[in-house]
Amino acid sequence: MPGFDFTNHTRNAALHARGVPLPKATSTGTTIVGCIFDGGVVIAADTRATSGPIVADKNCEKLHYIAPQIWCAGAGTAADTEFTTALISSQLELHSLSTGRKPRVVTCMTMLKQHLFRYQGHIGAYLVVAGVDPTGVGLFTVHAHGSTDKLPYVTMGSGSLAAMSVFETQWKSKMTEEEAVTLASNAIQAGIFNDLGSGSNVDVAVITKDKTTLKRGYVKPNERSKKQKSYVFKRGTTAVLNEKVITREEISKYVTVHELEGGETALGEKMDLDV
Amino acid sequence: MAAMFSQNPLMNGPNYSFSQAPTTAGAGFKEHSFYPYTDNGGSTLAISGNDFSIIAGDTRSTSGYNINTRYAPKVFKIGGTTSSQDDATLVLSVVGFAADGEALKERLDTIVKMYRYQHGKPMSVKACAQRLSTILYGKRFFPYYVTAILGGLDEEGKGAVYSYDPVGSYEREQCRAAGAAASLIMPFLDNQVNFKNQYMPGSGEGHALQEREKIPLPRNEVEDLVKDAFDSAVERHIEVGDGLQILIITKDGIEEKYLPLKRD
Repeated sequence: MPGFDFTNHTRNAALHARGVPLPKATSTGTTIVGCIFDGGVVIAADTRATSGPIVADKNCEKLHYIAPQIWCAGAGTAADTEFTTALISSQLELHSLSTGRKPRVVTCMTMLKQHLFRYQGHIGAYLVVAGVDPTGVGLFTVHAHGSTDKLPYVTMGSGSLAAMSVFETQWKSKMTEEEAVTLASNAIQAGIFNDLGSGSNVDVAVITKDKTTLKRGYVKPNERSKKQKSYVFKRGTTAVLNEKVITREEISKYVTVHELEGGETALGEKMDLDV
Repeated sequence: MAAMFSQNPLMNGPNYSFSQAPTTAGAGFKEHSFYPYTDNGGSTLAISGNDFSIIAGDTRSTSGYNINTRYAPKVFKIGGTTSSQDDATLVLSVVGFAADGEALKERLDTIVKMYRYQHGKPMSVKACAQRLSTILYGKRFFPYYVTAILGGLDEEGKGAVYSYDPVGSYEREQCRAAGAAASLIMPFLDNQVNFKNQYMPGSGEGHALQEREKIPLPRNEVEDLVKDAFDSAVERHIEVGDGLQILIITKDGIEEKYLPLKRD
């Protein structure tokens, strides 16, 4: 029989009448937006990652690479946005290689929605897909359950209402790249300051037919102020209950040891330290 | 088929309804619920010194992911003779459910004022602390959903801080953090105010190591600690931010300061 499947209707109605609430949608905080302009598309995101009320990462990346000219902003469960975009990016690369054509934004959007629909919303990825392909400029939203929209300006995440209020008051058709970047950035800032799930900096990606520009930390309106006091402890403040020295010879059994040149420090990301 | 979608419960069809009783037997009454409490986030912090007490709180009020207002004080002067509370000597901070906090503040303020009129002298912090406990326990089975901290100067002029749980258990302490970011701030205070886990370098081996000597902190240093504690809490807790209200109680009265905090 064609049409909708009402298999669960009777059961759901009975459950509801007995006081079982309708399924509640949950969202983790983020503000992501997208906006087309003359000759391209811009997407932007805030950089706060939360777990409950705690800020897990103050400067995370929510703009994901799909293809050189297709990028994706992700909201929802961090792992899901990360893995879903990586998976589709990989499949799209292979698809592009086998067809010998540049990947299209609609193709990417269709692959994402079919993947997400198969998992019935259990993969909590809410995405803004944007890019430029041989057919022109593309901008879509993809929800975790598989629904999609094609619009000239879009917002998603817990800060979507704050961001959309900016678009609805200031958006106009035929914008320049600079105007679109400013508008998207302002929309993200509305989310940063008015939605507790969003915060820190604004990341922007601009895609035109010629190139993609990722502007990491485009605006940084939330730099930490200088601490009043120094919290450096005198050497020896921490109690040492026991000591064990592992010699270079011993550790060489498990790892290779390289001698550093005089004064040189090991390569790695530098940590902010108090002085 | 028509019965299937009927709105009439007697026809025994399954229907969505909020008022309709279950159509199967034995389900009994449908319980509707009303939850009278909400959490408005925010944090407070109090530290007592040798001749002063400092009570501070952020000024953000939240519900869920929304900001109700960026300026809603959580720290109040208590028991002054005028509405401006210029001559008050006590300070109460409340964090948790803002409506209960407001109600508790009003009630304690009235009681402390009445005490002054009846006895012809201001209430001591000690007496006020005990009275606040009684007020909170009086609502043992419908509590004020707040964590209160009371600050002032004791009979010897030393700084006094009393902290409470929502049903009136209380204790006089050196320092206390309460509210959303209490678990972030309190360990910092233990380390920086009471010097917990700090030892004197080279004072001994292993367990013979001497603990760092406890000294009462001067006022400016405590103010710096408060500012740094809140700046850090704002960095890592989404419900803390916007503004910092600091009340400093000394023998010369209560000094009030306001500092902006990050608004994201």
